[in-house]
Amino acid sequence: MIQAIVFLPLLAALVAGLGQRAIGTTAAKLVTTGALFASCALSWPIFLSFVAGTGEAGVTPVLHWVSSGALQFNWELRVDTLTAVMLVVITTVSALVHLYSWGYMSEDPDQPRFFAYLSLFTFAMLMLVTANNLVQMFFGWEGVGLASYLLIGFWYKKPSANAAAIKAFVVNRVGDLGFMLGIFGTFLVFGTVSIPEILAAAPGMAGSTIGFLGHRFDTMTVLCLLLFIGAMGKSAQLGLHTWLPDAMEGPTPVSALIHAATMVTAGVFMVCRLSPMFEAAPVAAGVVTFVGAATCFFAATVGTTQWDIKRVIAYSTCSQLGYMFFAAGVGAYGAAMFHLFTHAFFKALLFLGAGSVIHAMHHEQDMRYYGGLRKHIPLTYWAMMMGTLAITGVGIAGVAGFAGFYSKDGILEAAFAAGGGGQIAFWVGIFAALLTSFYSWRLVFLTFYGKPRWEQSEHIQHAVHDDHGHGHDDHAPAAHHDAHGDGTAGYHPHESPINMLIPLGVLSLGAVFAGMLFNHQFIYPEEGAAFWKGSLAFNEHLMHAAHEVPLWVKWMPFTVMAIGLFLAWNSYIRNTTLPARFVAQFSLLHKFLFNKWYFDELYNFLFVKPAFAIGRFFWKRGDEGTIDRFGPNGVAALVQGGTRLAVRLQSGYVYGYAFVMLLGLVGLASWAMVKFQ
Amino acid sequence: MSDLPILSLMLAVPAVAAIACVFAGDRNARLIALAATLIDFALGVMLWANFDIGGAQWQFQEMHRGIFGPFNYALGIDGIALVLIMLSVFLMPLCILASWQSVTKRVGLYMAMFLVMEVVMIGVFAAQDLLLFYIFFEAGLIPMYFIIGIWGGANRIYAAFKFFLYTLLGSVLMLIAMIAMIREAGTTDIPTLLVYNFPPEMQTWLWLAFFASLAVKMPMWPVHTWLPDAHVQAPTAGSMILAGVLLKMGSYGFIRFMMPMFPDASAQLMWIVFALSMIAVVYTSLVALVQSDMKKLIAYSSVAHMAIVTAGLFAFNQQGIEGAMIIMLSHGVVSAALFFCVGVIYDRLHTREIDRYGGLAVNMPAYALFFMLFTMASIGLPGTSGFVGEFLSLAGIYEASSWVALVCTTGIILGAAYMLYLYRRIVFGELTKDDVKAMPDINPREWAIFVPLAAVALWMGVYPESFLAPIRGDVTTVVARLAPAKPAGDAHVTAGKPKAAHDAHGEAAAGEAHHAGGVQ
Repeated sequence: MIQAIVFLPLLAALVAGLGQRAIGTTAAKLVTTGALFASCALSWPIFLSFVAGTGEAGVTPVLHWVSSGALQFNWELRVDTLTAVMLVVITTVSALVHLYSWGYMSEDPDQPRFFAYLSLFTFAMLMLVTANNLVQMFFGWEGVGLASYLLIGFWYKKPSANAAAIKAFVVNRVGDLGFMLGIFGTFLVFGTVSIPEILAAAPGMAGSTIGFLGHRFDTMTVLCLLLFIGAMGKSAQLGLHTWLPDAMEGPTPVSALIHAATMVTAGVFMVCRLSPMFEAAPVAAGVVTFVGAATCFFAATVGTTQWDIKRVIAYSTCSQLGYMFFAAGVGAYGAAMFHLFTHAFFKALLFLGAGSVIHAMHHEQDMRYYGGLRKHIPLTYWAMMMGTLAITGVGIAGVAGFAGFYSKDGILEAAFAAGGGGQIAFWVGIFAALLTSFYSWRLVFLTFYGKPRWEQSEHIQHAVHDDHGHGHDDHAPAAHHDAHGDGTAGYHPHESPINMLIPLGVLSLGAVFAGMLFNHQFIYPEEGAAFWKGSLAFNEHLMHAAHEVPLWVKWMPFTVMAIGLFLAWNSYIRNTTLPARFVAQFSLLHKFLFNKWYFDELYNFLFVKPAFAIGRFFWKRGDEGTIDRFGPNGVAALVQGGTRLAVRLQSGYVYGYAFVMLLGLVGLASWAMVKFQ
Repeated sequence: MSDLPILSLMLAVPAVAAIACVFAGDRNARLIALAATLIDFALGVMLWANFDIGGAQWQFQEMHRGIFGPFNYALGIDGIALVLIMLSVFLMPLCILASWQSVTKRVGLYMAMFLVMEVVMIGVFAAQDLLLFYIFFEAGLIPMYFIIGIWGGANRIYAAFKFFLYTLLGSVLMLIAMIAMIREAGTTDIPTLLVYNFPPEMQTWLWLAFFASLAVKMPMWPVHTWLPDAHVQAPTAGSMILAGVLLKMGSYGFIRFMMPMFPDASAQLMWIVFALSMIAVVYTSLVALVQSDMKKLIAYSSVAHMAIVTAGLFAFNQQGIEGAMIIMLSHGVVSAALFFCVGVIYDRLHTREIDRYGGLAVNMPAYALFFMLFTMASIGLPGTSGFVGEFLSLAGIYEASSWVALVCTTGIILGAAYMLYLYRRIVFGELTKDDVKAMPDINPREWAIFVPLAAVALWMGVYPESFLAPIRGDVTTVVARLAPAKPAGDAHVTAGKPKAAHDAHGEAAAGEAHHAGGVQ
């Protein structure tokens, strides 16, 4: 069964991708979407069996892969609780995104390719989460990277999309450098790359040291940090995050599937999968906590200033991943996975909702040109509301709440309970929660409330004035537009078609109920231990402590959420001139945040430009100016000057020359042989 | 295994066909060459099928003594030679097909040169006599020389001359070293020499002399500058065979001669190899990044890949050497494929300037797909051949030195950067130029070349056991031979004081360890 779940998407991708001309667009879409729904239908029973406690962990062998000395690894599919959680997340979101794309991509001429890429991505992601050894995990890791690259650059005629695609791949490769070295080191230390064997042996390695780059360090610290660099790349953590906002160049369904719900959480999954290793490396776990908290804060601050609706959600994703990492860092792996699980639903929902808005607004993504959309696209509005309520963590402690309420509070409480670095992470997390609430509500208010500000949008102008645009617009004639004076420019947004609304509806259910239904299994001490069954290092003590934190800690997230909501309401509904005045007053701060802390500029200056400059230097000055000049060209000049071969060289007799010299060599050799015999 | 002298037959078929080609007309020459290379491929498959994995080290041996002085006609292969012969006979028919239409000048001679090249390549890998090896090794120059010099691009004379000059100097030194070896050991028989213990001091000199020749062939930094010029000037098929097989003669020399014959010197001088390899990975990758000529870019990338081969070989362990072997095979297939990718569009537009292209995804989707596949294989995406080799050899290198591993692994970042940047400029973007718009997608002949290359690249990535099994025993032999001289790596683990550490972490760690025990 697990084989079907994993390989159906691959099969569909091959059929749709290679056979698109033979079977046609509709068939290609049907095959891929059908395969994903089948995978999804097969995944849920597995997950529910683990929820019910009847599921059994197991490994299904597929094919021999590599054996070289002691380094042996095979293609295998591992299923345990951790995998089962990922299976439902991946297949559900992927199936819904496939369905959504029927509507969203309906006017694209290249649909079979798009659907094939989506299915290929799903296959790679499934290989990643079912890996039983580090190398297969790396296979999935790189496979999703490839699919991400292809999908970000899906509109390959756009230079910005191509640049973003390369950036995503190359920045991820920086992380992969760490991942690969981590695998090598792990193999050297444990003599195997099999995950269960490594995890079983990891605690015994505590206190040992390993040589690395000429110094000796604590073994587990080195290994975990190297592996974590890989996780940082894939999950866009501070320092290696720069690719994620740019990845929004891809079609919006891609952003929902890859850059929100699944691929970017692979780093969190990896840390959880290898959690016994991190448990044996407290220093590394501390670094994870710190990086997670820093990312959480950084991304939230940037998110408050962006205008592009997708970028706001992208930074929000980055920030939420930070929550997951610091949860893992303090040892609350169950809470990290819980947030991963709920986040997949509400973040995919927010992205698909944003896609629906963009669809309605004729590809306009700038929130400055939105406004008042609530009445025009009510279903999208309600879906986005559900997502926002979930991400901001609305809920009453002990009664009920949206999905994010349970998972985010779980993380914050665990961080508080962990003490030490966890306390710092707690306060950072609280502040980020305030910012989360602010930018999320800012997005909703700018988009759905207030008066329409559409007339300044070029996209809308195009839609209105373009003859083509009129095909969709069966209302007022163009001549009247300017006279409207209501900011609409005469444009009438339409609600998205049903195939886009169904995924929004299903994901809304997830955003509302995912937390309520499963919080006992994921993070309650006893139930959690029974649910995870050792598939991650579940710390009952910590989770106990987390449930017994002081009342003010439990109410803190809700309080800051309310403050964030108030601030957003105050700035974007009550007093709409406030943001501009704030920006004027704190222009330096705003510039710093708006330009994303200048990471791109810094990296350009430090890495990209020097790489090209040094490359040119090596080529012109090294190869041509030094090696060739004093090497072959120098010799040639000597030959030409010393003898009169120049004429012969130019007349093409050099072959003859070469040939004669070779014959001479053979003769010399023969002579030497006979002589020395 | 019958008594059929299959190796001699593999040498004879192309040799006879080469003579026939010289006298045949254009059309017939093509057919003769294709038929001969296909027969050789079939013989190669027979060779592989009959090769007894885990059996005798040397198989298919043939020996005719004393043809000329101490010189013997001795052939025989082990697993390492087998897979390299397979690579050669696999690529040859594809090279013939690749030049089917693009070569119109003196076709008979051209085909003859390729067939001679095939003889030479098989000879190099099958020779069991030191001098026979040398003759094949050096004779490889001649057909390549003609191929570049006659059918090459505008600046072919310079390229051919550079190619020659570089190779010559090293060859002289290697020849002298060989003579010294024969005097010392009293035999030219390679299997005997492989177990002969040369005095350590002599080893150093012999090693350096061999290194001078083989480093040029590889090519290693800083004697690599002939390669970009040779590639740029060579016709497509010439580049395919040059990158595909000829470069592997250098690394074959490392693993066949230098490492097992001079183990002490190898261990002593491994730092030279590591240093040059590390420089090459970073240096040539950065140079590749700024190239505007497609062929030069791929040529520089070859230097970077071969640097990982040399570093992997000198890791002196099973993973390093097996990985290096797989990179040799993988690079053989993938770089040949990439040069063919260049050839396909060069045939249509007659320029290697990257900026003249753009937007090919629109009018050449099948081409774009194959090019993407080989780009990914070159980058080393798991599931393709490039990954298995790179991963194994880097894992081996890490055991030898974490510094070298770190520097060499940066190749995966830089490799991705220059290959994707190349791909983007050629395939992606808006299709604006009229002459580029007019380019048709690949034809059936080009499909016939791409499909086998793609199939092998994926086969080697998903199930590399087919290629690892034959070489396993021979690599083990080399590793065992090197073991006494092998220095300890820097990354070895020292158990600390686990007890004390455990206490330091307190009860929390103990509690978690209890739960972690539930895993597996």
